[in-house]
Amino acid sequence: MSQSATSRPVYRSPFDLPREEYLAPGHSLCAGCVAGMIVRHLLKVAGPNTIVVTATGCVEVSTTLYPYTSWRIPWIHVAFENAASVASGIEAAIKVLQRKGVIDPNKRINVIALAGDGGTYDIGFQALSGLLERGHKVLYVLYDNEAYMNTGIQRSGGTPLFAWTTTTPVGKVWKGKWQQKKPIAEIVAAHRIPYVATANPAYFIDMVNKFRKGLEVDGPAFIHVIQPCPTGWRFDPRYSIKVAKLATETAMWINWEIENGEFRVTVPVPKRKHVKHYLRMQGRFRHLTDKEIEEIQRFIDREVEYINKRLGKEVIGPLVE
Amino acid sequence: MQEVKWRRLPLNSNYAVAYAVKDCDVDVIAAYPITPQTTVVEKLSEFIANGELDAEMIHVESEHSALSAAIGAAAVGARTFTATAAQGLELMHEMLHIASGLRLPIVMTIATRALSAPISIWCDYSDLMNTRDASWITLIASSAQEVYDSVIQAYRIAEDPRVLLPVMVAYDGFIMSHTYEPVYVAENPEVIREFVPRRKTWLTLDPDKPITLGPIANPDWYYEIKYQQVVAMEEAYKVIKEVDEEFGRRFGRSYGVIEKYRIEDADIVLLTYGGLFGTVREAIDAMRKRGINVGGLRLRLWRPFPAEEIIESVKGKKLVIVLDRAISYGARIAGPVALELMSTMYRMSEKPEVLSVVVGIGQRTVTEEDIAEITALGMKYLEEKRVPNQTIYWGVRA
Amino acid sequence: MQGKQLPKWNEIPPGGAILEPGNSVKRPTGDWRTFRPIIDKEKCVRCLLCWVYCPDAAIKIIDEPYRTASGKEWKFSVEVDYTFCKGCGICVEECPVKAIEFVEEVK
Repeated sequence: MSQSATSRPVYRSPFDLPREEYLAPGHSLCAGCVAGMIVRHLLKVAGPNTIVVTATGCVEVSTTLYPYTSWRIPWIHVAFENAASVASGIEAAIKVLQRKGVIDPNKRINVIALAGDGGTYDIGFQALSGLLERGHKVLYVLYDNEAYMNTGIQRSGGTPLFAWTTTTPVGKVWKGKWQQKKPIAEIVAAHRIPYVATANPAYFIDMVNKFRKGLEVDGPAFIHVIQPCPTGWRFDPRYSIKVAKLATETAMWINWEIENGEFRVTVPVPKRKHVKHYLRMQGRFRHLTDKEIEEIQRFIDREVEYINKRLGKEVIGPLVE
Repeated sequence: MQEVKWRRLPLNSNYAVAYAVKDCDVDVIAAYPITPQTTVVEKLSEFIANGELDAEMIHVESEHSALSAAIGAAAVGARTFTATAAQGLELMHEMLHIASGLRLPIVMTIATRALSAPISIWCDYSDLMNTRDASWITLIASSAQEVYDSVIQAYRIAEDPRVLLPVMVAYDGFIMSHTYEPVYVAENPEVIREFVPRRKTWLTLDPDKPITLGPIANPDWYYEIKYQQVVAMEEAYKVIKEVDEEFGRRFGRSYGVIEKYRIEDADIVLLTYGGLFGTVREAIDAMRKRGINVGGLRLRLWRPFPAEEIIESVKGKKLVIVLDRAISYGARIAGPVALELMSTMYRMSEKPEVLSVVVGIGQRTVTEEDIAEITALGMKYLEEKRVPNQTIYWGVRA
Repeated sequence: MQGKQLPKWNEIPPGGAILEPGNSVKRPTGDWRTFRPIIDKEKCVRCLLCWVYCPDAAIKIIDEPYRTASGKEWKFSVEVDYTFCKGCGICVEECPVKAIEFVEEVK
């Protein structure tokens, strides 16, 4: 049961999902790019009365190569760093135009900002914080492929520790990225907005219900979605969902939400796999030594401990495999 | 049609902007404070707070977001406004090109200010001149009344279906933004709203008719889309004049694209823009009394550049002295308007000499005496047939 | 010159707006494929996971009754839309009953 009063139905199985596709095929996202799947479901949940602002990035360039568009709902791209500000303007304009009767006041129009990790963690961070602080009713969806994939796999604030990218190459001196991934969803949560969640497309029922909640709350909502990238993470595209699943099974990616201040893990993992299962599937971690893998494992162990402590119960279980 | 009732108020140019924005029933205002623009937004906030204007104020966290939010708001059909100066305008710069590229009729006012570094809050036009190629229609006013009237005209121009380009209205920071003048504002703003009626002239984001705005255009397409802006600027030139004339017929005040002052019989023309023209006029009157045949020309429209009017006005003159309050570093003719004038005059068969003079940088005071001395220097150069082909940096300590 | 067939500047909507929603369907991506997924309707359990996970909306739900050789009745089936399927193989990998074969495209 959903714990919030919502007008959209709770999704329980694929059969509950609308058949309508608001992201048309014919886009040029790489084969196996999970961003396509994420946006498809985001739009299914949102429906046609929706305006989407997309930051510069993979989704933007792949879906709107002039004169073709894959969008069946009104869509705008302005720049890399300001999806949140543009969305703020749209939301404010709808409010005042409905007040003045220029737009039908009874029509509910969803405003969604969609941006990648570069457009959110890094260049778009200030605009995002501004939107959250001002409290615009906007759903901000971050599709996180953990590097600047559109420009060719450069390191971002969302790139995980030790990952190879084209700007953190593996050589005699450098061994991939030497910093941790920025905890963006927690930073967003620190703004005390009504809804923050992390989601994983492999657990799509969990993901679509989070989209639903994000669209229902009265104020900003932020959903951070992991988006495996076969091109940048260096794996066979057929394993995109497998990789996503392993991220959660190893607790490298924990699906949680904070709804009106209440924190919960929405996908408990009773038995946890070793991070090596996730890392070894991806070429970007190919150079990792056992010692480095153990370092990542220790970091994840601490994260799990922190989450369990925060909830006062064990939602993410011990390492078994 | 209802007759306009004017109320004579003591207003500085910043407040004149706020009154005009209120009278145009603007829907969304997104702005960030910066000296000397700040009181525009303060006054608008008061109007909204008191229920005199029904608008959404977006208290953005930067000027970049100010224009970004205005773009978003305009893209769903709202009438939008923002204001800035100097560093704020620089921070917006990327968005300037996108606002015009998306053909959104945003109106912005600039209380012009010198650029950092070193930081200076005082007036010059280096901020405005940096926006030259951003495809914004740019009006430069020289009185608080003209500021009020120009902002109203700006919405009519921007939203004209032949134009659909954003408009900037600029005026001197501090010198005008903070100087009180008597300004006639409409007591019955409905009349102003009749002059700038709400019209759906541009493509908007509407769930009933979904469009894609701001796609990626490859070499096969980009050029044609940008050429549309070239044509829109040409169309704008006509529309700006039409709107100004109609404004004149309706409200009794019009400005043209250039303002002439005692130039009919003048041999020497002083060309400038903004509030400095007031000083120039005073100086001309004083010089005329001393028998010097000098007149003045004020550029009210910077983009699109009023080439024909300028050529017509300088034809047969001996010398045009261009007083620029901005520097194009490294250019031989470093005054932006002087540079523009000279390129515009290139095809004239008999052209006047041009003396490019930079004055008032960082609000270094420019007095009537300065103008008279500059004119005397110009006359001397003319007489000796050695008008320099490079800019004079007036008043710099050397 | 290709340019000659393309619209003139004044035939393009202002600012390069695209007025036809979802017209990317005019640009098929099926020719990206090097491997072709083939759904075995006999083995398929109609769980819709392939439809869910497809990044390209290239799995079609066909509302037609289907009767398997063993006599099982289905109200619908799923088919691959080869016009758009890029051959990523996610459906092949995620099918819980291994009902999707992945065969090399040959000319």
